[in-house]
Amino acid sequence: MNYLVRGYLENDELPPFPSRERLEKKPVAYIECPQPIPCSPCLEACKYDAVKMDNINDPPELDYEKCNGCMSCIRVCPGLAIVIMRIKDGKGYLTLPYEFTPWLKKGDKVKLLNRKGEEVGEGKVVWALPPEKNDRTSLVRVEMDPDLLFEVRAVRKVEE
Amino acid sequence: MRLGEHPILEFKKGKEVTIYFNGKPIKAYEGETVASALYAAGVRIFSRSFRFHRPRGFFCAIGKCSACMMEVDGIPNVRTCKVYVRDGMQIRTQTGTPDAEKDRFAALDDIIDRLFPHGAHYKRFTTPRILREFMMKQMRKFTGFGNPPKAVYEGKAEFEEIEADVAVIGGGPGGMSAAIYAARAGAKVVLMDENPFLGGQLVKQTHRFFGSGRHRAGTRGIKIATILEDELKELENVDVRKETKVFGIYDGVVAAVQKDEKLLKVKPKKIVVATGAYERTLIFENNDLPGVYGAGGVQTLMNVYGIKPGDVGLIVGSGNVGLILTYQLMQAGIKVAAIVEAMPRIGGYFVHAAKVRRLGVPIYVNHTVTKAIGKECVEAAEIARLENWQIVEGSQRVIDCDFICVAVGLSPTHELLYQAGCEMKFVPELGGLVPIRNKYGETTVNGLYVAGDVAGIEEATAAIMEGRIAGVDAAIKLGYGGDEAIKIREEVVKDLEEFRSGPFGERIVAGLKKVVVA
Ligand SMILES: Cc1cc2nc3c(=O)[nH]c(=O)nc-3n(C[C@H](O)[C@H](O)[C@H](O)COP(=O)(O)OP(=O)(O)OC[C@H]3O[C@@H](n4cnc5c(N)ncnc54)[C@H](O)[C@@H]3O)c2cc1C
Ligand code: SF4
Ligand code: SF4
Ligand code: FES
Repeated sequence: MNYLVRGYLENDELPPFPSRERLEKKPVAYIECPQPIPCSPCLEACKYDAVKMDNINDPPELDYEKCNGCMSCIRVCPGLAIVIMRIKDGKGYLTLPYEFTPWLKKGDKVKLLNRKGEEVGEGKVVWALPPEKNDRTSLVRVEMDPDLLFEVRAVRKVEE
Repeated sequence: MRLGEHPILEFKKGKEVTIYFNGKPIKAYEGETVASALYAAGVRIFSRSFRFHRPRGFFCAIGKCSACMMEVDGIPNVRTCKVYVRDGMQIRTQTGTPDAEKDRFAALDDIIDRLFPHGAHYKRFTTPRILREFMMKQMRKFTGFGNPPKAVYEGKAEFEEIEADVAVIGGGPGGMSAAIYAARAGAKVVLMDENPFLGGQLVKQTHRFFGSGRHRAGTRGIKIATILEDELKELENVDVRKETKVFGIYDGVVAAVQKDEKLLKVKPKKIVVATGAYERTLIFENNDLPGVYGAGGVQTLMNVYGIKPGDVGLIVGSGNVGLILTYQLMQAGIKVAAIVEAMPRIGGYFVHAAKVRRLGVPIYVNHTVTKAIGKECVEAAEIARLENWQIVEGSQRVIDCDFICVAVGLSPTHELLYQAGCEMKFVPELGGLVPIRNKYGETTVNGLYVAGDVAGIEEATAAIMEGRIAGVDAAIKLGYGGDEAIKIREEVVKDLEEFRSGPFGERIVAGLKKVVVA
């Protein structure tokens, strides 16, 4: 339970990564929710039976083959613990929940932050679900270096 | 100092009014409490301490700590965080000369104790009598809280008697659920809450809730409050009384005051107490300095009244409350310098910690706050590392911040239960003094139930389930609802058991073993 000393996951604590082929095929969810807590909206939201959880206190387990990246889970996850990843034409795309003003919109430049809040690069917003469409949790898809998909977990707007 | 754009909330300002603070006009908006309007106007010192004239600010913002007491329209000792502004209102601080903000005698702080050590008035200046009386009179001017009203109360003073099957005290998630489930089974219910709004703690929780979808997980706390209120509105057999404070339960009769002008005598057949909890504080040097606030107090200021608590905060405690508050402060555009946690690991959910950690907020485990620094309000904080609960000498360092949020837990608001004669027990796992009860929440006082945080500090989801169980059981015992109600009750009991079956429920379950009798 060392992640509870730090507040973030180290590489050896992360769930297995979906393969590069899988990421190139279609979008896939990636869940970082290792602790047994009484929570299950991700399970209830998934219509593809991709989330496994026997008891409400079990951490969710994701089946990358069943997941089709539909984003239902990321819309409702109260822990903001889910991201959606995709690699297309050699570029990485990460979709994350975003709940800050000013809201992000297509074309915005953002700083990419890792799990500890350190800057690891820059990216560009290619799509944003407006907050009013999802009870004030916006979703933003950011284009970035595909190698960063497993590192970046937050973004900050670059003020122009 | 008022918040503008906010990702989750929209602040609707009421009509602009003018209130007078120690004679100075201050702009305020209808719907705001006096304390929040003063805070927005930059007032930080609300009172002075009884003896040493130390400045005091607000702490809890929900009427539980009395740090905000002032004289309002001639009435002394009014908790200004619980009264709402009215045009022309006259507010005066009641400690300090000429007022609490610029207390001339505060300069004497250091020598008061030398001149008048504790108990001095029993020993010094006692003879002759004339000197004693003179000195007493002078000392009284410096100490105490307020002066008796100069005029006789001239407002309305009405009386109403209400008969009901079930009286529910407290309109948070626990109380609302109890009222809904008792009423759905067919009982006539009266629900009372001291606030002008329902929802209890939920009204400041802008984040999405945990739990299962069936218990509205994934939905924001503020929205859960409105959903429950809508469900209540659909029920004709629930009489909702807001701004109604229950002050006693006498032989099954509930006594309350509605809007400060009407005395209610409620005669129910069953009572559900769902009064929630209040915040604990922590002992450290200068912890009474304005700028040291309860986490819930800051949430109230920020999320209910749209007022900025400060520019940079330090959070003490990494339970869910501390972690969520950190995120909420950042959403309001306020910086959080750090979170300190005395335990060797984060107390709340990992996912809540990860949310703020990835935005760059450091979380220092094995650390505590040792001192609030500042003259009239917080200007910085000193923190230190702990080893085996001892401060490591030399590890102290100063963190720049202008407010400190104490998020070290809650204690049940149990006073009414005590007064009603419930058998109580101190159970640390449940947060303090809680009543002995059966699995449906009925206490040792026949027909008196508990639900929610007052029965043990837990979560809104648990409060909702406990409320449902208490409400429906009260109705069943009165002959309502038939087999259907019994089925519902047993289902909720099962859900609640499952909810508590994980590691986060272990503590609760251990605590419940000590107070729940068959
Ligand atoms: C920052 C924070 C985050 C939280 N996050 C979550 C979460 O993610 N998920 C979750 O499930 N829970 C969460 N909770 C916990 C949850 O809010 C509480 O457990 C829940 O509100 C308790 O409900 P309750 O009905 O027992 O009490 P409360 O909500 O405290 O309501 C009690 C009500 O009783 C009224 N009252 C008290 N005394 C009297 C009286 N004498 N007369 C009249 N009225 C009276 C009060 O004014 C109040 O409105 C959080 C709490 C906090 C502070
Ligand atoms: S993205 Fe869609 S399919 Fe994949 S886990 Fe989430 S809800 Fe299920
Ligand atoms: S909804 Fe989010 S926080 Fe809840 S169990 Fe699923 S991933 Fe974890
Ligand atoms: S009673 Fe008003 S701030 Fe605590």
